[in-house]
Amino acid sequence: MGWAIALHGGAGDISRGLPSERREPREAALRHCLQIGVAALKAKRSPLDVVELVVRELENEPNFNAGRGSVLTSKGTVEMEACIMDGNTKRCGAVSGLTTVVNAISLARLVMEKTPHIYLAFDGAEAFAREQGVETVDPGHFITPENIERLKQAIEANRVQIDYTPPIQKDDKKETPIADVDSQIGTVGCVAVDSHGNLAAATSTGGLVNKMVGRIGDTPIVGAGTYANSFCAVSATGKGEAIIRATIARDVAALMEYKGLSLKDAAAYVIQECAPKGTAGLVAVSATGEVTMPFNTTGMFRACAAEDGYSEIAIWPSV
Amino acid sequence: MGWAIALHGGAGNIPLTLPPERREPEEAALRHCLQMGTAALKAKQPPLDVVELVVRELENNPHFNAGRGSVLTSNGTVEMEACIMDGICKEQGVETIDPSHFITPNNIERLERVKEANRVQIDYTEPIQKEVEKQTPVADGDSQIGTVGCVAVDIQGNLAAATSTGGFVNKMVGRIGDTPIIGAGTYANRFCAVSATGKGEAIMRATVARDVAAIMEYKGLSLKDAADYVIQECAPRGTAGLVAVSATGEVTMPFNTTGMFRACATEDGYSEIGIWPSV
Repeated sequence: MGWAIALHGGAGDISRGLPSERREPREAALRHCLQIGVAALKAKRSPLDVVELVVRELENEPNFNAGRGSVLTSKGTVEMEACIMDGNTKRCGAVSGLTTVVNAISLARLVMEKTPHIYLAFDGAEAFAREQGVETVDPGHFITPENIERLKQAIEANRVQIDYTPPIQKDDKKETPIADVDSQIGTVGCVAVDSHGNLAAATSTGGLVNKMVGRIGDTPIVGAGTYANSFCAVSATGKGEAIIRATIARDVAALMEYKGLSLKDAAAYVIQECAPKGTAGLVAVSATGEVTMPFNTTGMFRACAAEDGYSEIAIWPSV
Repeated sequence: MGWAIALHGGAGNIPLTLPPERREPEEAALRHCLQMGTAALKAKQPPLDVVELVVRELENNPHFNAGRGSVLTSNGTVEMEACIMDGICKEQGVETIDPSHFITPNNIERLERVKEANRVQIDYTEPIQKEVEKQTPVADGDSQIGTVGCVAVDIQGNLAAATSTGGFVNKMVGRIGDTPIIGAGTYANRFCAVSATGKGEAIMRATVARDVAAIMEYKGLSLKDAADYVIQECAPRGTAGLVAVSATGEVTMPFNTTGMFRACATEDGYSEIGIWPSV
């Protein structure tokens, strides 16, 4: 037993041809967020605090699809959503449809702590943000040139895609070398456990490129993209609709609880058997300090560390 | 094996003293919806169609907290939510509707009472008193209506679930409850179909609908035992009820509240309409 932490910047069809100038900033961001998460755990901050501060950092990072850098809806707008859950109490908070809130994950935590509810969305969530005095900015703050381009491409191809799909071709066989649109960004999330077995999970996202206005994905759905109880904490990423259908995050915990599987086996089963290939990845930690980061996509931006000294930062499957 | 259907009009603290003029319209509605659903199943309509048509009927009934008759937000508006799920393919959809003329005088009254007592409540809570001991005879304020839902299975084992609601009286604008959350208020796979009702936040935390199916699948429990376990062990007393059917045509309708408006029927001739626990 001991503390452990894992975080992700999204799973998807991340091309192995990803040029270094696009790969290195993301690896650096993962490394930085891992360091601040580890430092916080070593300083005995609660896992709930740790996952919130790590996800805030990932939200502020424009290379990931959350907060600044969120992908755009079909109308060119940003609608952000997030969810946080505390394993001991199973208290949770979730938000959707945010347009001005700088850190959706912190608003989700305020919903959990300051309201009798779990989930607030759209106008109601924005109004709550103002009541609470959280940092808000003009919606334009979140929009980046890469995402404007991504949306344009998706509209041309007339298709909704998870943000890791390689640049869209009308002619499927060609691969353009321009990999800076449509790929390499995704939902962010973090899970953590301290040496007492306290667990927490947090996830945040801008959703799917070219999604319909008002579309809600898996991220804010307790049991789909985010879940924590006394067994484990899970944050999932990938194709939201597949993750919702398969209740990914809840199922990892349910397999541990109801079938007695280990964290690793439960997570592997869910990713391999319950979600179609190419649709899902997750990071998870258990009450006893184990970590696992399985995915059935080409890659998943991820990082983890445990008290025993193990640590990993990676994108593609470890060989 | 055979077809089976179950539906509910909400679980909560439905007082045993509920006067007949408030009880009878709702029992009649349950009976009517059960008949429609049974007829549709006998006519070999797919369970997905059956649960939709039954829930539409429940939505249109102003005595239940869904569609017309939805409870009001803190701003006096209506925000409805619903969810439908197909067990075999696990297709599901969630839709939200713009507030319109779904507001009823009873619900305006309910909202006013709750604001006076400054509390959010599930709609079956007794008329709120600042002094909890008193019971007013005027029961039309805060009680006797709730989320609606329906689950059905056909003779081939195709399952479907549907749930619809206006949510909590005096909920914050933008508050989403368990009803549209796959795995919380609504779920269907090849094992069973489940529609839950009660205190949304408790149902979400406990992923009630998914857990019934997960316990069947991962622990091998029967529908009845899985549903009982979830209602008794996973949701605090007074917060939840559900209706569920299994692929083999079983039905169960457990609740840990005072009562739950419910009805069910199976191909072998069993049928039940109830509010309080069957003795």
